[in-house]
Amino acid sequence: MSEHAELKTGPLEYRKEEGTLTILGFWIFLAAEVVLFSTLFATYAVLFGRYGDATPAPELFEMPIALAMTFLLLTSSFTCGIAIHMMRKESLKGLLIWLSITLALGLGFLGFEIYEFVHYVHEGASIQSSAFWSAFFTLTGTHGLHVTLGIAWCLLIIIQLVRVGLTPTTARKTFVIGLYWHFLDVVWIFIFTAVYLIGMVV
Amino acid sequence: MWDFIWNDFLVTGEPLIYGAMASIVLVTVLIVFVLTYFKLWKWLWDEYLTTVDHKKIGIMYIIAALAMLFRGGVDALMMRTQLALPGMNFLNSVHYNEIFTTHGTTMILFMAMPFIIGLMNVVVPLQIGARDVAFPFLNALSFWTFFFGAMLFNISFVIGGSPSAGWTSYVPMAGPELSPEINQNYYLLALQLSGIGTLATGINFLVTILRMRAPGMTLMKMPIFTWSALITSIIIIFAFPILTIALALMTMDRIFGTHFFTLAGEGMPMMWANLFWLWGHPEVYIVILPAFGVFSEVISTFARKQLFGYKAMVYAMCVIAGLSFVVWVHHFFTMGAGAGVNSLFSITTMLIAVPTGIKIFNWLGTMYKGRIRFNVPMLWALAFIPNFTIGGVTGVMLGMAAADYQYHNTYFLIAHFHGVLIAGTLFGMFAGLTYWYPKMFGHKMNEKIGKVSFWLTVIGFNITFLPQYFLGLMGMPRRTYTIEPEWMPLNLLSTIGAFILAGGFVIFVYNIYFSARYEPREKTGDAWDGRSLEWATTTPVPHYNFATVPYVNSHEAYWDMKETGATTYDESKLEPIHMPNYKGMPIIMSAIMFVASFGLVWHWFWLAIPGLIGVIICMVIRSFDYDEGYHVPIEEIKRTEEQARGRKE
Amino acid sequence: MKNLVSWFKRLFMVPGLFALLLVASGCSGITVLDPKGPVARTQQELIIFSITLMSVIIIVVFVLFFYMIIRFRERPNWTDKDYDPHQHGNTTLEIIWTVIPFIIVAALSVPTVTSLYALEEPPEGSDQEPLVIHADTSNWKWYFSYPEQNIETVNYLHIPEDRPIEFKLSGADSMTALWIPALGGQKYNMAGMQNTLYLEAEEQGEFAGRNANYNGSGFAEHTFTVTSESEEDFNEWVSDIQNNAPELTKERFDQYLEPGLADEAEYSSTHLEYVDFGENDGRSYITDLYSGDLGEDVHLYGGEGGPWEEE
Repeated sequence: MSEHAELKTGPLEYRKEEGTLTILGFWIFLAAEVVLFSTLFATYAVLFGRYGDATPAPELFEMPIALAMTFLLLTSSFTCGIAIHMMRKESLKGLLIWLSITLALGLGFLGFEIYEFVHYVHEGASIQSSAFWSAFFTLTGTHGLHVTLGIAWCLLIIIQLVRVGLTPTTARKTFVIGLYWHFLDVVWIFIFTAVYLIGMVV
Repeated sequence: MWDFIWNDFLVTGEPLIYGAMASIVLVTVLIVFVLTYFKLWKWLWDEYLTTVDHKKIGIMYIIAALAMLFRGGVDALMMRTQLALPGMNFLNSVHYNEIFTTHGTTMILFMAMPFIIGLMNVVVPLQIGARDVAFPFLNALSFWTFFFGAMLFNISFVIGGSPSAGWTSYVPMAGPELSPEINQNYYLLALQLSGIGTLATGINFLVTILRMRAPGMTLMKMPIFTWSALITSIIIIFAFPILTIALALMTMDRIFGTHFFTLAGEGMPMMWANLFWLWGHPEVYIVILPAFGVFSEVISTFARKQLFGYKAMVYAMCVIAGLSFVVWVHHFFTMGAGAGVNSLFSITTMLIAVPTGIKIFNWLGTMYKGRIRFNVPMLWALAFIPNFTIGGVTGVMLGMAAADYQYHNTYFLIAHFHGVLIAGTLFGMFAGLTYWYPKMFGHKMNEKIGKVSFWLTVIGFNITFLPQYFLGLMGMPRRTYTIEPEWMPLNLLSTIGAFILAGGFVIFVYNIYFSARYEPREKTGDAWDGRSLEWATTTPVPHYNFATVPYVNSHEAYWDMKETGATTYDESKLEPIHMPNYKGMPIIMSAIMFVASFGLVWHWFWLAIPGLIGVIICMVIRSFDYDEGYHVPIEEIKRTEEQARGRKE
Repeated sequence: MKNLVSWFKRLFMVPGLFALLLVASGCSGITVLDPKGPVARTQQELIIFSITLMSVIIIVVFVLFFYMIIRFRERPNWTDKDYDPHQHGNTTLEIIWTVIPFIIVAALSVPTVTSLYALEEPPEGSDQEPLVIHADTSNWKWYFSYPEQNIETVNYLHIPEDRPIEFKLSGADSMTALWIPALGGQKYNMAGMQNTLYLEAEEQGEFAGRNANYNGSGFAEHTFTVTSESEEDFNEWVSDIQNNAPELTKERFDQYLEPGLADEAEYSSTHLEYVDFGENDGRSYITDLYSGDLGEDVHLYGGEGGPWEEE
C-alpha cells in the first residue's frame, strides 16, 4: 500500500493522503455552508419589509459603509490569493506578509460592521425590533461571526507557520483557511446585492 | 434557592417521575459500582471513551440507539396505556403531551439516526476495504456530540420538564409567547448539539466513500449498502444545515427576543413549518435509504444470488434522494397554499412511489431463481416487503392532497408513518444488526430466540398499527390524550399490540445477553457465506481491518475472491499500516458543549459563556495537535493474521 | 418443511383477524367513509378510488412475494435446476415495473388535481349563496361569528342544511385546524391570515367538529358540535339569539382570549367589531393584551374537561 507515502512533487498541501482528504472534506463542508447561508437568505427574503413598528431599512442603510466593507473584503480575498501563491512558491516570508495583510483587511471589515450595527441600534433598529431586523442582523451577523472565526483561525495558523515552517501539514491548513476566506467573500457579494443594493432601492 | 430547585429545577409532583428519578439514581450508582468493583474505569476510558476506531464507535452508536429505543418504547407504552380505554386517568393532558413529544423526537433523532449511523460506521469502511473513515477524530466527535445531545434531551424530564410541543414543535405554540417555560429549549439545544455530529458524519462518510475505496472499486462496483450510505451522506449535507438554522432562529426567538416566528413584530410562524419540513422530509429518507441498503445485502446473501437490477437500485435511490427535497409541502397541504401548489406537491409526492416500487420488485426479482435460507436477518428483510408495501401505498393515499384534508393530523397518518418507519427503518436495523452481528462480536445471535422476537415484533406491529388506519378514518385526531367511547375497541386492540411489540423488543435484548454467553464463537470471518468485502477479513476484525487490500472487479468483491482463492492476507504485499491514535478530546469537548448548552437552556449565561470559551480552547488545542498516529509494524500484522487464520498461508 | 406451514398460518392470521374485525365494526362507524355532504363525498370517492387501485398493487406484491419465498425456498429435496445465481436483471421486466407505477400515479393525479380545484369553490348543486361564518380560535375555544346575522356562538355551530357554508378561518394564537369529518376535510386557522373552507351538510343532524391540529394542553377538549337544521329552524335559532342573547363586549371577549376552556355561549354581536384575526393587524392582538401570560396550561384528567370559570 502506497497511500501513506509522501509525494515529492506537486502542491505541498496535496502531498500527504491526509491533505487530500481534508481539502475534499472542507470543500464538502463549504457546500453545507452554502445551504446554511441559503436558508438565511431565504429567511431574509420571506421577512423582507416586515418592519412592524420599527424604522424601515432604506432610512438607515448607508451606501458608503457598505461599499467600504465590500472593498475591504474583496481586497482581502485578493491578498489571500497572493498568500497562497507565495506558498506555492515556497516563500514562507511572502506567505506570512500577505496573510497578515489579509488579516488586517478582515479586521477593517469587522470594524465597519460593528460600527454599522452599533449605529443601527442607536437609531432604534435592533435584532429585537421586528421580523425584518431580526433577519437582517442574523444574516449579516452570521457572516460577521464567520469572519471573526476566520480571523482567529488565521492567527493560529500564522503562529504555527512561524513555529513549524512550511510543511505539508501547515500548507494544508493554510490552503483550507484560504478556501474559507474566499467563500466568505462570495457570501458577502450576495449579501451586498440582496441586502444593501435591493434594500436601498425598495 | 431551595425554592427554585424544588419548584422549577426539578420536576416534582408526578409519582411516575419520582419513580424515574429513583431508578436513574439507582442505575447510575449500580454502573459506577460495577465499573469500580471490577476496576473497569481505565479499560472503559482506554478502549471505548477515547476510541477513534470506526468499529467501536459504531458499536457505541448502536448501544446508545438501543437504549433510546427502550426510552422511546416506554413512552409509547405509556401513551398506549392512556389511550386503551375512554376516561383513562393514567396520564393527564400535560404529561401526555410531554410523552408524545419525547417519544417522537427520541425515536427519530436519537434512535433511528444513531442506529443507521452506527451500522454505517461498522460496515462501510469494511465494505470498501478501508482502514478507517477519512477523519477518525471527527468521527469520535460526531458520536460524542450525538451522545451528549441525547443526554441533554433525556435529562429534561427530571430537570426542568420535558418539551411538550410535539417533535414538529410548530410555532407560535412552541414560541416564547405561548410557551415561556424553558422546556422547549431542551428540544432546540439537544437537537442542535446532536445535529452538529450528524452533519460531520455526513461529510466524513462522503469523503471516506469517495476517496478510500479499494483499488478497482469504481462507484458502480460498490456494495449496495455503501451506495445507500453515500446517498444518505449527501442528503445529510444538504438537509442538516437547514435544521441548524431553523433551530437557531427559534432559539434566538426564545432566548434573545428576536421575531422570526412570533406573533408580535410581524414574525412568520408558517416559515417554521416550511424550514422544519425542508429538513424533515429528507430526514425521513436519511433513515430509510440505509435500511433499503441493508435489505438489498441481506436478501441477496440469503437468496444466494446477485442483486437483481443493481444499477436500477442505485438510480432509484438517487431519484428518491432528489425527490425528497421537493415534497415537503405535503406535510401541510391544509395550510391553504391553493390548488396549484397542492397539485404540484401531490404529484411529486406520488412520484416517489415509482422508484420505491422499482426497488420492491427488484428485491422480489433477487429471490427469483434463488435458494432462500430463512435465517433471522432474512426474516426481518422478508417481513419488510409486505409490511412496507402497506405503509407505502397508504403514503401515496396521503399524498393525494384533496383526500389528505381528511387524513391529515389523524391516526391514519400515525399508522402510515409508523408503518414505513417500523417496517422500513426498524426492521432494516434489526436485519442489519443480526446480519453483521458476528462481524461485530464474533458470534451470531441465537436463531431460535431471534425467531420468537421476530414473530412477536411483526405480529405486535400489525396489531398495533393496522387498527389505527381505521381510527383515523373514524375521526380520531393524533396527539389527543383521551379517546371517545366509539373508538374504544380498536384502541384497545392497538394497545394490546403495542405490548406484544414491546415483548419482541425485550426478547431481542435478552438474545444479546443469551448469545454472548452461549452462542458458539464464529471463527471463519464469513458467517453467512457473504458476498462483499466485510466478510473477507477475519473475525474478530483486526483494528487495521485488512492486512492487504485486494483488487476489486465487481460489486460482489468477496464472492469473486472466493472463486479465485484470493485473500486479504497476501504476505508478499505487506507494508506497515498507518493508524490514528486514540484521543480524549472528543468526549471532553462534547461534555463541555453539553454544559454550555445546559446553561443556555436555563438562560444562565454565567454557565453558557465559560462553556463556549471552553469549546474554543479545545479547538485551539486541537489545532496545535500534530500527532500523526503510528504505524503497525509488519511483524505485528503477521502475528495477528496468523493467529486469526490459525495457519500459515 | 413443517415450519413453513406454521409460518404461513401465522402470516395470514394477522390480516385475517383484522378483516373480521372490520366487518364486525361495519362501515357506518367510519365517519370519513360515510359522508353527510358534497365535500366529504368528493373526498370519500377519491379515497375509495385510491384504496381500490392500491389494493391491486398490494395483491400483486403479496402474490409475487409468496410465490418467491415458497417456490425458491431451500428444502431437503432441493435441486439446482431452478437455481441461477448469475441472473442479475431483466431489462424488459424492469421497464414494465417502471412504466406501470407511472401510469398508476397519473391515474391518481387526475382526480386529485380536479378535486383540489373543485374544493376551492362552493360545492355545486346548490343555487343558494354561501353562508359566511368566521371561525376563529384561541386556546382552547372556538368562536363562530355570523357577520350577516350579527351573532356569535362559542364552541357550537348551527348551519342550515343544503346551503354551502363559507368558513373564514383564522385564530388568535396557536395554529389550529377546523375539521368536521362528516362534512369534509380540514384547513388551518392561523393568526394574521385567513383561509377559506367550503363545507355543506345534506342532512339534518348533529356532527362532531374539532380542532385537529395539536395546540397544547387543552387540545383534546378543543371541540364543538355542529347542528344542521332546516332553513326555517335555522332562522328561528338566529332570531332567538338576536333578541335574547347579550352583546359580546370587548371586555368579555378579551377575557375569552385568556388560555382555558369555556362553556357553550351565544351573543347578539360579534368580536369582528374589535379585531379581525385574519388581518395582519390582528396577529399581535393577543400578545399586546396578555404578553407573558399566555403560557398557562390546563391539566385535563381522564377525558373530563374542567369548566371555564364564569366571572
